[in-house]
Amino acid sequence: MTIASRPAVRVPGFLADSWRIARKDLLIEFRTRSAFLAAAVFAVLSVAIFRFTWDATAVPAIDLAPPVLWVIFTFSGLLGLNRSFGVELADRAMDAMLASPMSREAVFAGKALANLVFVALVQALTIPAIALFFDLPAGAWWWSVVGVAVLAMIGLTAVGTLFAAVASNTRLAEMLLPMLALPFFVPVVIPAAQATALLLAGRPVSDVASWIKMLVAFDLVFVAACTVAFPYTLDE
Amino acid sequence: MSVPVDMSIATPRPEATAPAAPAPAALIADGLVRRFGARAAVDGVSLALAPGACLALFGPNGAGKTTLLRMLGGLLKPTSGTVTLAGHRLPGDGAVRRLIGLISHHSMLYAALTARENVRFAAECQGLVEADAATTAALERLQVLDRADTPVRLLSRGLQQRVSIARALVHQPRLVLLDEPYTGLDDVGARALTDALRALRNDGATLVLVTHHLGEGLAFATEAAIMLRGTIVATEAVTAAADDRVSANGLASTQAFAERYRDLVMAGGA
Repeated sequence: MTIASRPAVRVPGFLADSWRIARKDLLIEFRTRSAFLAAAVFAVLSVAIFRFTWDATAVPAIDLAPPVLWVIFTFSGLLGLNRSFGVELADRAMDAMLASPMSREAVFAGKALANLVFVALVQALTIPAIALFFDLPAGAWWWSVVGVAVLAMIGLTAVGTLFAAVASNTRLAEMLLPMLALPFFVPVVIPAAQATALLLAGRPVSDVASWIKMLVAFDLVFVAACTVAFPYTLDE
Repeated sequence: MSVPVDMSIATPRPEATAPAAPAPAALIADGLVRRFGARAAVDGVSLALAPGACLALFGPNGAGKTTLLRMLGGLLKPTSGTVTLAGHRLPGDGAVRRLIGLISHHSMLYAALTARENVRFAAECQGLVEADAATTAALERLQVLDRADTPVRLLSRGLQQRVSIARALVHQPRLVLLDEPYTGLDDVGARALTDALRALRNDGATLVLVTHHLGEGLAFATEAAIMLRGTIVATEAVTAAADDRVSANGLASTQAFAERYRDLVMAGGA
């Protein structure tokens, strides 16, 4: 038996492998819609609760909206992250994937990419909901805030995917994931919330450049560190 | 009682496509030990299997069979020892992992996807050029092509297992690791699995089968081993007659092995 005797195969490469896994995860979520519906209901309900407990005479909408936005982003994302490895462990599908020729780094990238899309869809629902409920003025801040949110999502999903993998091997996965991930979310959420607050206050993008640089730096560190660490989380 | 056995199986069954010269071992495990804390789930297992060999591994619950199988598949790192497949040490790179197929009582399928989507995903993960054709062929071989577009969650346990087998064999692996693969299969499914495995073995694939059922395990094994408390305590070449389950010789061989197995388990206190 030699490796050369195998049937015709091609080596797909890192990006193709990652995309295949992300596409599979998104297809499963599209079919079941379980996590997205839960996250969407959580996001809209949270916005509504904050809106109806808000005293407009005490706190201006522009001061309240950024923390509301980031509280919702942070916790709604966790709902999707829990699902990410749940589908793999339900019938040990992860074993088949790990025994395949795909690299574990590609598995991580695929999972993180699917989570990124998931969180982006929740954000696409949440940002307009907040603008509507808090009667925020229309303006260029929309696109700037979306940009900040995208940058923050990259770091959050990288860390979240890593810890979802760690937590998934335990019996208390749903409880353990927030405990592990939330402390690591802080370095991303702080600059993101600060930048959002400044942008909503009408400050130009140049005023939030330092926060954005910090976000980019944490993104790079988290994506690199989590990609390297992920294979070790799969060892029993 | 725990006696590590160096087991060389270089005599494939008569109908197997055996090379004229002694075949080089396809799978070599050398001194495998796996500890979970202080407990050794696998304790010093060495074996060598040639192309076309099929090892049926028996043992009571907790004997370490599944742990050994996971190490042989590169899914679990040994505490010490090595696994070499086709000259490459596991877990190895993609090329060597492409040689492995896993079948378990866990289906390893995604319930929300259809049978075809599951098998096709596996084919693509293996990098098969003709993933669609390979998917159809695998489903047809396991006689589930007519349910190919049904979501797996709507299939019976037996049909799920057949789809799972199609998933595992879609890339024609050269090492097939089977952990209780007959679980949930009806007669048609069991026959389809046995036929598929026999064809693979005749084509030179190496099989390692973990099961509690002696009849299933001995149906096409070339070698049987008994594992107790993390160690292989006995091995036995399986006679060709056992290949036929209804033959008198086959039944006698199975019965003799069953008696030996029972004696060893009782003596081991398992």
